[in-house]
Amino acid sequence: MLKKMKLFLLILSLSFALTPASAQDKFRTGTNLGATMRMAAADFKASTGDPQTGPLNTVFNQTLWNDLDNSGIFEMVAKSFYPLQTPGSPGEIKLEAWGNPPPNASMVAFGNLGVANGKIEVQGWLFDAKNTASPQVLGKQYKEDATPENARLIAHRFADEIIYRLGGGIPGIAETKIYFISSRTGSKEVFSMDYDGAGQQQLTHLRSIALSPRVSPDNSRVAFSGLITDSQRGPSWQILMYSLDLGRPVNFSHFGGGNFTPAWSSDNTRLAFSSSMPGDPEIYTVGANGGSPKRLTAFRGSDVAPVWNPKTNGQIAWVSGRNGLPQIFVMDADGSNIQQMTSEGYAVSPSWSPNGQFLTFSWIRHYGPGAPGGQDIYIMDVASRQFVQLTHDARVNDFPSWSPDGRHIVFQSNRSGSDQIWMMLADGTHQQQLTREGKNSQPNWSYK
Amino acid sequence: MNRKRHCTFLVGILALLIMVISGCGGKKPQPPVTKVPPPQPKPVTATLSANPTSIERGQTTTLSWNTENADDVTLEGNKVDTNGSQSASPNQSTTYRLIAKGPGGTQEATARVTVSAPAATTPTTTTTTPLSDDQIFAQAVQDIYFDYDSAKLTSDSQQKLAQAAQALSQHPNWKVRIEGNCDERGSTEYNLTLGDERANSARQALTQAGVTADRLQTISYGKEKPACTESNEDCWQMNRRDHFVLLH
Repeated sequence: MLKKMKLFLLILSLSFALTPASAQDKFRTGTNLGATMRMAAADFKASTGDPQTGPLNTVFNQTLWNDLDNSGIFEMVAKSFYPLQTPGSPGEIKLEAWGNPPPNASMVAFGNLGVANGKIEVQGWLFDAKNTASPQVLGKQYKEDATPENARLIAHRFADEIIYRLGGGIPGIAETKIYFISSRTGSKEVFSMDYDGAGQQQLTHLRSIALSPRVSPDNSRVAFSGLITDSQRGPSWQILMYSLDLGRPVNFSHFGGGNFTPAWSSDNTRLAFSSSMPGDPEIYTVGANGGSPKRLTAFRGSDVAPVWNPKTNGQIAWVSGRNGLPQIFVMDADGSNIQQMTSEGYAVSPSWSPNGQFLTFSWIRHYGPGAPGGQDIYIMDVASRQFVQLTHDARVNDFPSWSPDGRHIVFQSNRSGSDQIWMMLADGTHQQQLTREGKNSQPNWSYK
Repeated sequence: MNRKRHCTFLVGILALLIMVISGCGGKKPQPPVTKVPPPQPKPVTATLSANPTSIERGQTTTLSWNTENADDVTLEGNKVDTNGSQSASPNQSTTYRLIAKGPGGTQEATARVTVSAPAATTPTTTTTTPLSDDQIFAQAVQDIYFDYDSAKLTSDSQQKLAQAAQALSQHPNWKVRIEGNCDERGSTEYNLTLGDERANSARQALTQAGVTADRLQTISYGKEKPACTESNEDCWQMNRRDHFVLLH
């Protein structure tokens, strides 16, 4: 544990050293996790007597609390420390009661919520509890149709406003989605859910096998690998597309051989994927419309699971079995300058951090019969190749995927007894299970 | 390697249990005081096994299954009891699939029954019916097996493929699908390309032996369609294979 912390601090301090200009701003470096701020989130006050107000307010308060707690940049002040009187507006808040112990909050979020004429209306404020002269940091107003989904949505939006304001200008993730594979219907299909596991819904109806979903950076399409059957050439794996705009599958080019693991460049213009069209699985790139395929690798052995450096789109990390057991490699996006990043055990499923600095991947570091440890999630500083282990439970943890704020990682684990989707902060803390129904795997976090 | 430590640990637990039991022997069991909160739906479990797992054509095998916490159980798409058994006599090697659904989710189990052609009848038999294409194919084109994380052909596989190539040259109308498979260990995506390499290894050997490429299809099932679902080396070895299918 101590060793882990030391390594992590080493990486963090390295990132400070590399970016002296932003060394003052802890949120902009590394995994964007720095010193935390004490945040109080008062339950919102009911502003109307409509019977829907109470239940929707409960949904709103829970969602807002979870979003702020999940953000990784706040230390949430327990509600038991709060003043008894619930402030519903700036006129009702006694700031000293929040800023002084016991709450001793730096910031306090509060407001009111009411349903009238089928609409939910929310007013929310964020006050700096230590600045009584000019406390208002944020004041927001929202109005939507009165549904639990909208109560959640408004809470997500308000949370993201707060996180954006206090988290070094990095947008929050409360409104982002996670795409994943679920076999709960009896076949493997692409599903989506909110980042917190709410609102799970089935997208594809392939009734065969769908794998490796990857959402496009503009949130318009989900690319995945699907097993389809053609009367001429029989079954084959092809890169398939589901349009989120149209709510249905759309065409994409078919290629020879098996086609696996699509990955979008962050500018939305190209896809990298693995194809055995030349007879051996190699990494290809192709235009976002499926045109002009270009081969990048040419070495016997599996080449699969490419991901782009989202900061530059100038590099691709992938998994290669060219030297035996699979290892993580990095190359330039034209296939040159190949570097091997891991050289022991069994390393798979890379995902590149949004700032381009880290890879996260799944690693069986000590491989072989009776070897200690399991398959765990690691992050590695690309420049120095120093790494930190984030999971330690000796089960199978795979398919890590970075959140767009770089502060979170979603992954798959069988620690609960079956494959499920889990989320954690990028330092390995706050691990929580997001799915429970059926088996769920291969999560992919949206870019925004 | 950990087994020894595990054993001492177990002995320790046992000793502790005995102490606790003897120490508390005089006390009456306390009735439960508080109400248990409504239980979460329990996870669905399902196992399916075949006995024997390999038969000769015409013989019968028994499929047995057990499920827990399932209310809807289907075997090969037919609704069956939650626990039970039935006999089957497939004509060709078959993977039976059991799907158990319950409030706690869906669980799948499969069992593979390998069917071989009956032992050759003695030459004295006068009424030999000619073997069907499927029967000849099953005899001449056999599954080949691979080492862990390898797509290299073993010498046994090379012999089997030579035999297969000969049968294919004798039956120029045959077309074959080569299905590459992997065991359950390792990552889904890497296993797909490994299965692809395994299928390609067999295709290469067959084309080098003179089979034209247009008669061969390949597909990788990675670890998506295991023949055997237990977590042991016997089962893993069964899954690290190329399976050959005669296309009609």
